[in-house]
Amino acid sequence: MTGYDDHLLRTPSKSRISRHPPAVWILVPLAAILFQVYVPRFVVALSYLELPLLITVYFSLMSRRPVTGAVAGAVIGLLQDSLSHQPVGLFGISKTLVGYFSASVSQRFDVENNLLRFLMSFLLFLFHQVLFWVLTRSLLGEALELQAPQTVVYAFLNAVVAVPFFLILDRLRTDTR
Amino acid sequence: METLLNRYRNLSVLLLLVVGQLLLLAWQVRAGDDARLLRMWAVTAVTPLARGIEWVRGGAGGFFTEYILLRDVRQQNRALKEEVGRLRLANRFLKTELEMAERARALELFRERTPSKVLAARVIGTSSGLNSRVVFVDRGSADGIRKGMAVLVPEGIVGKVVQVYPTASQVMLATSQGFAAGVISQKHRVRGTLKGMGSSLCPVDYIGNEEKVEPGEWFYTSGDDRVFPRGLPVGLAKTVQEGRGGKEVILEPSGLRGGVDEVLIVVEGVHGLVPDPPRPSSNEVQILPPPPPDGEPGEELTTGNGVVTTDADRLRERYRRLGDSQGHNFGRNPGRPPDFNRPLTAAPPPAPKPDPEEHP
Repeated sequence: MTGYDDHLLRTPSKSRISRHPPAVWILVPLAAILFQVYVPRFVVALSYLELPLLITVYFSLMSRRPVTGAVAGAVIGLLQDSLSHQPVGLFGISKTLVGYFSASVSQRFDVENNLLRFLMSFLLFLFHQVLFWVLTRSLLGEALELQAPQTVVYAFLNAVVAVPFFLILDRLRTDTR
Repeated sequence: METLLNRYRNLSVLLLLVVGQLLLLAWQVRAGDDARLLRMWAVTAVTPLARGIEWVRGGAGGFFTEYILLRDVRQQNRALKEEVGRLRLANRFLKTELEMAERARALELFRERTPSKVLAARVIGTSSGLNSRVVFVDRGSADGIRKGMAVLVPEGIVGKVVQVYPTASQVMLATSQGFAAGVISQKHRVRGTLKGMGSSLCPVDYIGNEEKVEPGEWFYTSGDDRVFPRGLPVGLAKTVQEGRGGKEVILEPSGLRGGVDEVLIVVEGVHGLVPDPPRPSSNEVQILPPPPPDGEPGEELTTGNGVVTTDADRLRERYRRLGDSQGHNFGRNPGRPPDFNRPLTAAPPPAPKPDPEEHP
């Protein structure tokens, strides 16, 4: 194993356990939802951004607790659902699973590594979109089309945005060892 | 049991959350309800923020942009740039005012013209889904908006109201997946169903291959769906081709061409008429004015019966007058013919001559 692998697989007990003030837990997801609702109206080019998903991934990764990740994902997803036109629960279930999985991953890897953050954001975006598509088709019986090439491009763009975005969110941390 | 739950605490919570949401979904689908309380809280929490942002953007955004620009330019040439900036600001302000006034005027004209009772509304946000084609407008149940009402602009239909809250409503755009409306073509009166597919173009289903639809033909609402009153413009047929199950007609919705800012919600719909296709007007064929009368200027050739009509008549009349002015009587005194090159002098209208055969 190389030194880099060792660094990537470093156990979280050796890493810092990050914490955020309660206001950040409330205001940042709200701002992300508001961004999703408001900004694409004027900047259509930004409509590919799934900020609520990135927020879910970030908080789950940094909390390192699957329960916290799942609950955070559920709350953000339900809030997003309630502002959309589809039945409440679709985004909720998708983001619950995303939160759970990303928090589970964070227990084994060093989540402050930018490459890992990029990969996690990319893969979880794909997972989220596919899960949403499956749920819509199977539970609601709607003929939603999954545009695979477009989804992969969007996943890449979201992952590109995620890295600096997470670094900004890191500044809001109040860490303890 | 308790030990088991503690041991698998993470999985238990995950299952609880997922099963809970699945039950919520199942209840919504089965009962046709849509967790209204949850949505109302979310919308009521977000709408004031969205309104605030919209207000700040509309009122102060332009000013601050211009102000910052002015500050940069002032460093180069303070006096001149101040003047330019003021003019720009005023110009921009006036342009915005003019555009707003024109939009409002167009909406007002349409309101007066349409027989339906409509209510103006402003778009304040989009839905939270990725690539969503659902918008929020600032009119809700307090303004008399109900679920299922049609939403349009003078250029065409925009969508329909799918959710209503006290202070806002959610409008599904015509391009949204799941949207459908009855349409009829203008020229051949072919009926079909417009469907949203999540892209900017919409197919029209249920048109048989034997029906006649032309590219560029306008489609209007047919009123069959009981949502949109009959006779509202929907869009232009971009492509028309024969398919397996019927004709494949793709429309470009005319109401969504330039984005949506202000809309009209049809509170009480009244069916109108689908206008007839425009006929080629006479302006398209150039017809010259009638030619001027022949002959020399000032020369009015008339016969005893009135104005001459044909060239032969004119020539005959001219020769008769030349003969009269030179004392020549055609057909009576054979000999030297009159000089046809002499200019014609204005002669009094010829008096009716006695017939030589009656009075020898």
